[in-house]
Amino acid sequence: MTHAHAGPPVGHHTSLGLDSRKLAFWAFIGSECLLFTSLISTYLVYKGRSVVGPYPHEILNIPFTSVSTFDLLMSSLMMVLALAAVQRGDMKWGKIWLFCTALLGTVFLGGQVIEFTEFVHKGLTLQTNLFGCTFFVLTGTHGAHVTVGVLWLLTLWVRALQGKLTQAHAMTVEISGLYWHFVDVVWIVIFTVVYLIQ
Amino acid sequence: MKSWLTTTDHKRIGLLYFWTAFGFFLIGGIEALIIRLQLAQPNGHVVSAETYNQLFTMHGTTMVFLALMPLSASFFNYIVPLQIGARDVAFPRLNAFSYWVFLLGGLFLNASWFVGPLFHAPTLNVAPDGGWFGYANLTERQFSPGPNIDFWLLGLQVLGISSLAAGFNFIVTILNLRAPGMKLMRLPTFTWMTLVTQFLIITAFPVITAGLVFLMFDRFFGTHFYVHEAGATPVLWQHLFWLFGHPEVYILILPAMGIVSEVLPTFARKPLFGYTVVVYSGILIGFMGWGVWSHHMFSVGLGPIADSVFSATTMLIAVPTGVKIFNWIATLWGGDIRGTTALHFAVGFIAMFVIGGLSGVTHASPPTDLQQTDTYYVVAHIHYVLFGGTIMGLFAGVYYWWPKMTGRLLSEALGKWHFWLQLIGMNLAFFPMHFIGLLGMPRRVYTYSPDLGVAQLNLVSTVGALLIAVSILMFLINLVRSRTSGERAPNDPWGGATLEWSIPSPPPVYNFSVIPTVDSRLPRWKTEHHGAMRDPPATPPAPIHVPGGSWWPLVAALGLPLMALAALTHTLWIVFVGGAVLLFGVYRWAFEPFEV
Repeated sequence: MTHAHAGPPVGHHTSLGLDSRKLAFWAFIGSECLLFTSLISTYLVYKGRSVVGPYPHEILNIPFTSVSTFDLLMSSLMMVLALAAVQRGDMKWGKIWLFCTALLGTVFLGGQVIEFTEFVHKGLTLQTNLFGCTFFVLTGTHGAHVTVGVLWLLTLWVRALQGKLTQAHAMTVEISGLYWHFVDVVWIVIFTVVYLIQ
Repeated sequence: MKSWLTTTDHKRIGLLYFWTAFGFFLIGGIEALIIRLQLAQPNGHVVSAETYNQLFTMHGTTMVFLALMPLSASFFNYIVPLQIGARDVAFPRLNAFSYWVFLLGGLFLNASWFVGPLFHAPTLNVAPDGGWFGYANLTERQFSPGPNIDFWLLGLQVLGISSLAAGFNFIVTILNLRAPGMKLMRLPTFTWMTLVTQFLIITAFPVITAGLVFLMFDRFFGTHFYVHEAGATPVLWQHLFWLFGHPEVYILILPAMGIVSEVLPTFARKPLFGYTVVVYSGILIGFMGWGVWSHHMFSVGLGPIADSVFSATTMLIAVPTGVKIFNWIATLWGGDIRGTTALHFAVGFIAMFVIGGLSGVTHASPPTDLQQTDTYYVVAHIHYVLFGGTIMGLFAGVYYWWPKMTGRLLSEALGKWHFWLQLIGMNLAFFPMHFIGLLGMPRRVYTYSPDLGVAQLNLVSTVGALLIAVSILMFLINLVRSRTSGERAPNDPWGGATLEWSIPSPPPVYNFSVIPTVDSRLPRWKTEHHGAMRDPPATPPAPIHVPGGSWWPLVAALGLPLMALAALTHTLWIVFVGGAVLLFGVYRWAFEPFEV
């Protein structure tokens, strides 16, 4: 059957006036907050309870992680620029900024790979002690979120290259941006709690 | 067949939820019957101790995650869009995805009954055996080396994804897809309680997911999240589990409270007494449900301050619950009461839930609780709340909405037999458990000595369980009879006030031929300016767009149990297959043309 004229078409008009996908995404982010709260709380509860080393102060490399934190923060800026470009219909810069966001996300992941490898060489694995368990599961979960975000952004970028992502899809970009900024904010909490406050 | 596999119609998905969940309910019931046969007399030999452990674990897990939650979900799906005047849920394909994940997760969990030989186990059954709340560190690889706990922790993670997806979907549906004029304080009470329940689901499930992920890492990758020797504390699991577990109790009971709040006014022919208070009490219960979890942990020894605080909050949460009970009674008071089966179940709910609530308040006091912890007294309490409460409420919903969902009436005579047998059966089965527990019989022990002096009480309880089985048989006969020779249901067999009764039974695929405009809380009884609203015309005045089906929710859903299977069998390549299936499904889903 063809388009409706009986009643408001669902998905365009909404009771709250908010896009349904965006509302769902906010609910999802709320839910994710509880997941990360549980992980971070567990890290804090077990802080200082490891019975063998290496301990956090012996191994965490604050200057290195500060750089990757800065990189992730800059990726959020790129995301803002990408959305602004798509919203005003400037798909050329939209593509560039989307790609840059994904690129900086990948750089962050690369930093995490280097960091994890270095820790393993220094004797900290998942099995070593409670610090290893909680650190790797917390930052690994965050890294998995960044990976999903990078895949998402690259998908949007490819769609934009194909000309299938246009100004009309600004909401799609906005929602991926919500996710991206959320993952970024979670990292700021993790960076503060795990790295800065030892 | 294909149309059912690809369906995105909330009504069909609601029916799928109902039949699947009801199937699991029967399986969980059979597990309970075997448990009761084993305990019918001292030194029973019906099953081995190992199988008994699996039976009580799977009974609890099945009833909570595979029967009660999805039976509620069946009504969320079928009834909520109708009550708010919508044509479907906000994300029809996500809804189908939720259902398939639930079905596959349930099958995954129950496969553990038959696959022992594949894991070189001496028995056929390697079902989860750590209790439905799976306390660490019993669940560690060291103490539970078999695949039993793996089935449990992987199955629950899969099922959690189903509940979370449905949670986001229904929050958006209820907030965003309301018919014009359907303000929040005009929402039917069932829809309100559904909304509160979904918020509890999306906040509580991530917490248990974290706990399960830790357990998974401990079992598969040798971490030490719950290993005492490494400096960790198994109490962390208890906190994470009950932080989820107590909101979960309200996830199970709030929908039933919503159903009762619909049934009572219809059959008392009176608006719900204190609608606003009932709604706010529900919201308050949702908030307070987050502040009572440690009352499950008084025996841990958290110290006098923690114990006192949680004791106080637990007593406090009885207040909004009590408020609701008085509102329901006041709704009946002076009403023009019709004693339908649905009303019987709703009133049965109130009575049984009050008993369960009272024994619950006794747990709120730590000294008393220490006497009751891990005894049959707790088993009595949970069954008064979840069987006497949730199941009674859900049956009220079945008898109330079945004509709407299938277009056929259920037999009232058979329904009353069902009700009375179930009521008598449950009181015979569960009331003696209070005494059995106080006399000292621990829960989760496969047999007992005749010297304990609880043999007769246990026999009575078993007789009660068999009576419940007979009552459920009555219900099954009623379902079959309604399908084969049930009277055709008119649009509105009960004279209901809410929108679902304004359309045919069962509703056409588009639900409403014209989206209604609502200007009161009870649109079919009275509106602000006129009399009752006019029902939508039988035929739509203009063509209505109905979204087609989609294969991709099912395909995406298949990826999850595949990944669980990979973990279970320690096979890396299956992880990639599962991940690829999920990713493929999600991409096809995202890019297929699908207009809602």
